[in-house]
Amino acid sequence: MATKDHSADLFEFLLRMGDNTLILGHRVSEWCGHAPVLEEDIALANTALDLIGQTQLWLGLAGEVEGQGRSADDLAFLRDAWDFRNVLLVELPNGDFGQTLMRQFLFDAWQELMLDALKGSSDARVAEIAAKAAKEVAYHVERSGDTVIGLGDGTEESHARMQAALDYLYPYVGEMFESDAVDAAMAQAGIAPDPASLRDAYDAKLAAVMGEATLSTPDDRFTHNGGRTGRMHTEHLGHILTSMQWLQRAYPGASW
Amino acid sequence: MQAPVEQIWNWLDQVPDPEIPVISLVDLGIIRGVEWRGDTLRVTVTPTYSGCPATSVINFEIEKALRAHGIEKLDLERQLSPPWTTDWLTETGRDKLEKYGIAPPQPAGGPERCPHCGGSQLERISQFGSTPCKAQWRCKDCLEPFDYFKCI
Repeated sequence: MATKDHSADLFEFLLRMGDNTLILGHRVSEWCGHAPVLEEDIALANTALDLIGQTQLWLGLAGEVEGQGRSADDLAFLRDAWDFRNVLLVELPNGDFGQTLMRQFLFDAWQELMLDALKGSSDARVAEIAAKAAKEVAYHVERSGDTVIGLGDGTEESHARMQAALDYLYPYVGEMFESDAVDAAMAQAGIAPDPASLRDAYDAKLAAVMGEATLSTPDDRFTHNGGRTGRMHTEHLGHILTSMQWLQRAYPGASW
Repeated sequence: MQAPVEQIWNWLDQVPDPEIPVISLVDLGIIRGVEWRGDTLRVTVTPTYSGCPATSVINFEIEKALRAHGIEKLDLERQLSPPWTTDWLTETGRDKLEKYGIAPPQPAGGPERCPHCGGSQLERISQFGSTPCKAQWRCKDCLEPFDYFKCI
């Protein structure tokens, strides 16, 4: 039986996974030293650390699959905005603490489902990373979900802020469930699920948490997109890269 | 002459975890294999959390310890699967953690008792703590906060 070479699609898929965790990890790390209370500061920093660790695994494998000798660090620090494949949701600004945790929950709930499906990937390397990351993400989604509920069903002020955060972020949710030729190739090879197939379970999780949080999920399914295909990013990505990549750009090859 | 594998396990059991030096790398359950392949010693290590900054220090400490015992050809292999679980902490490791003031992981998902006073009236402060592997709890009997080594 002839085996089709999936390496170009697999590379693209791995960039999508790794760029999501890289950009969100960097965003969340911006809170380090600034969170409202010490415990939250530690929790945010730990979440960011897990995401960056997962990035090393995803982008490390991406570099291996590409076969051009690029390391995870090369991919993280030496690509420009148009080469990034993260969904737009993760590059959006932190806003207030509530908006950060709402974004985290919207992403965590997707990532939990995606990793769960990837544990059964036909590519053992993908399955291994997913099994490792899923254990960490179980803690992330528990915390972000609890915080969304606590603040949504909290004071008048916190409720209003969480509703505003959901209204602002929800039009970015749909991109996580879009499918294109890369996804079709991955699904056919049994490497990754069709993202659209995760939507029902996601909607159920969202409905349960938002119900408890007394928040209303918008009816409109319109979604901004372009991040995961690389068609276009928001203006925010370039600003993230400016600070994230500064050292390698100013002092190429610097290490310690 | 090649050192026997049991001897090498003993040496590794003398290497402290860089973040929680009271337990060894063997106690932590991250050394997954030690074997000779020809004249090269292969040590298989699994990370605790994927982003744990101690991982690179751990590899460095393993290499340093084994070189000091005269191992020349060393191959450190990272193994992701099966992913590390707190079930792999040794019994000695669990005892040492508790004596040090860190409540060992429990299948129930929370500490069994306060590592300071043994009290059982406990409350969780945060699922995240000073290192990726720990959560913050408080004892309502002695009112002291303590670290709990969380299940993963």
